[in-house]
Amino acid sequence: MLQIDKDACIGCGLCEENCPFDAISVEDGKAQVNDNCTLCGTCVDVCEVEALSIPREEGAGIDLSQWAGIWVYAEYRQGKLAQVSQELLGIGRDLADKRGVPLSAVLLCADSGDVPQELIAAGADQVYVVEDDALSHFNDESYGAALEDLARKHRPEVILAGATAIGRSFIPRVATSLNTGLTADCTQLAMGDDGHLHQTRPAFGGNIMATIMCPNHRPQMATVRPMVFPASAPDQSRSGEVITESVSAKRLKSRTRVVETVISAGEEVNLAEAEVVVAGGRGLETDQGFDLIKELADTMGAAVGASRAAVDSGWVGYPHQVGQTGKTVASKLYVACGISGAIQHVIGMKSSETIVAINRDKNAPIFDVADYGVVGDVFDLLPPLLEKLKERSGK
Amino acid sequence: MNIVVCIKQVPDAKDVRLDPETNTLSREGVKSVINPYDRHALEEGVRLKEEYGGSLTVLSMGPPQAAAILSEAISCGADEAYLVSDRAFAGADTLATTYTLAQAVAKVANPDLVLCGKQATDGDTAQVGPGLAVRLDMPFVTCVKKVHTVSDGVLTLERMMDDGYDVLEVDLPALLTVVKEINTPRFPSLRGLKRAKDYQVASLTAADIEADESQLGLGGSPTQVVKVFPPEKKGERTMIEGSVTEQVDKLAEIIFEAALGS
Ligand SMILES: Cc1cc2nc3c(=O)[nH]c(=O)nc-3n(C[C@H](O)[C@H](O)[C@H](O)COP(=O)(O)OP(=O)(O)OC[C@H]3O[C@@H](n4cnc5c(N)ncnc54)[C@H](O)[C@@H]3O)c2cc1C
Ligand SMILES: Nc1ncnc2c1ncn2[C@@H]1O[C@H](COP(=O)(O)O)[C@@H](O)[C@H]1O
Repeated sequence: MLQIDKDACIGCGLCEENCPFDAISVEDGKAQVNDNCTLCGTCVDVCEVEALSIPREEGAGIDLSQWAGIWVYAEYRQGKLAQVSQELLGIGRDLADKRGVPLSAVLLCADSGDVPQELIAAGADQVYVVEDDALSHFNDESYGAALEDLARKHRPEVILAGATAIGRSFIPRVATSLNTGLTADCTQLAMGDDGHLHQTRPAFGGNIMATIMCPNHRPQMATVRPMVFPASAPDQSRSGEVITESVSAKRLKSRTRVVETVISAGEEVNLAEAEVVVAGGRGLETDQGFDLIKELADTMGAAVGASRAAVDSGWVGYPHQVGQTGKTVASKLYVACGISGAIQHVIGMKSSETIVAINRDKNAPIFDVADYGVVGDVFDLLPPLLEKLKERSGK
Repeated sequence: MNIVVCIKQVPDAKDVRLDPETNTLSREGVKSVINPYDRHALEEGVRLKEEYGGSLTVLSMGPPQAAAILSEAISCGADEAYLVSDRAFAGADTLATTYTLAQAVAKVANPDLVLCGKQATDGDTAQVGPGLAVRLDMPFVTCVKKVHTVSDGVLTLERMMDDGYDVLEVDLPALLTVVKEINTPRFPSLRGLKRAKDYQVASLTAADIEADESQLGLGGSPTQVVKVFPPEKKGERTMIEGSVTEQVDKLAEIIFEAALGS
């Protein structure tokens, strides 16, 4: 429970103002907490007189020294290694070097081919390979049991995986089975001098980042969105060790079976790889308003992006959503129109090379990440801009 | 078929706005609603119950005011509703949440099927469904977009993947998390509204679900939030001033240079 030191509290109201959950109010000059409190700790951080605290019993915990090494789950499906695995080996390499431990990749599949070599070139010192026909299709129970068993046997201190459909599905299973913590959708990872992994992600649905740690449990587990970290450049001259592991047939047995895999081609929006993205938000106001974005994109040969507000309003489909719960883009040019710039959106586009923002509110946070900003109305600016671009591109 | 649906109360995303002065969330006038994905989970539960018979129970772990979403679930067709609420649950991360929910499920039902939303829109972890399945020793499938059939204790369904979808069979009892494409939630019926008005949502405390205190709330959570801070800002930025025509000219130039020109 949140402890309030009534003698120290000066009733300034900072805690009330900052509480993301409406759980604190100042009554009779003293802070009072109600049942909405989730013990998130925001108030403890903002309190200037140290009147608030969250006592925490130091868990008996486990012997941390028994767990060493950084692991990356190498996602392999339909004969392809997911790009995010290379990105994770890049950041994993940094973490392993800082900690002075090896970096290992875990590959679960029916036939590994030369993927282990690819993983070593991307930075792995070791590759644990489990090859089994039971692993030919992704399957939560078999994949989960295999990763869990390997982790129990080799005791890594960290396991990283992509926040993909596959990673977000079976990694929580592994974390629960291992009785440890898992942080979803991290955007920053750092190895602290304290030997713990500092995992940062957007939190509380607001414009706030939270750093999360898992101090008394191992392994420390995190999923990371694709394209948040740069992929390491492959170095074919690197050498590493390929370790073949087997997992018992009983453990690989699953109560789910894949009947068919359908790969959808065609209409898929290739936002993630687009060089130019024109994105619209609630500022476009209507369906017709959003058509301006589509026309602009068309003229520029760009992909259409959108904020969640635009997607939720039904102006454009979910595959166009950019951000924490949508796609991550790293385009050469990102034009954000009528988008406020909430952190959940910014996460998905901030690594674009040039960011142009158009918003009528000069205080909109989108300008904080923009290279060029225009304070103005999209309905005044976009139609003439469209004409101009049509002219220039000779359309 | 006995079905349990887990629902969570979240702030209505449409209302959540940023205060431009302080750069913090302004929660004034923010309503609390059923997590949007959980509406679809509830609808799927009602639909399957109508087709295959059985019972439909809804559960939510949260503060006392979360009783409101449970009443709403009753009006939409749930048979029974339980609020799992105790100060001991505060500060729970997903591991402690799945422990608490699993204890509650075991207490109130013997389900053939447990339904969750794909994720809760306040935290977006998508971890509770899979974690709960492990605790209940059930197979699970995430991001289900269609349930085809249930026969002889086997469910056939479609699950979204990054590159398309998989068709799966899963043995019951099982847990599914659902995406919005799965159905269109119905509005409460008049009969449902009447029933909800008279219905008393039952409350379950830590003692009621026979929980091991050490696995609850903050103490039972391996993850700890150690720091909360505003995102960093980018350094330089050029504001384009002038008349609309001047701004448009400059914009066209920048766009051309950055993208089309090269
Ligand atoms: C857990 C979680 C995950 C999320 N994930 C995502 C995500 O993946 N992607 C995402 O985008 N959001 C996400 N969000 C939502 C996010 O917090 C914001 O609510 C959303 O990005 C806001 O969209 P918006 O900028 O279009 O709308 P608003 O915030 O309403 O902003 C509209 C902007 O348009 C400007 N404007 C209005 N009219 C005009 C005009 N005529 N001309 C010029 N400017 C105008 C306004 O000044 C305002 O700045 C998530 C939220 C949560 C809680
Ligand atoms: N406190 C809770 N009470 C009931 N169900 C929950 C709770 N938290 C999460 N869930 C369920 O788990 C799903 C995923 O939530 P999350 O892992 O928090 O993103 C939600 O859509 C709900 O179905």
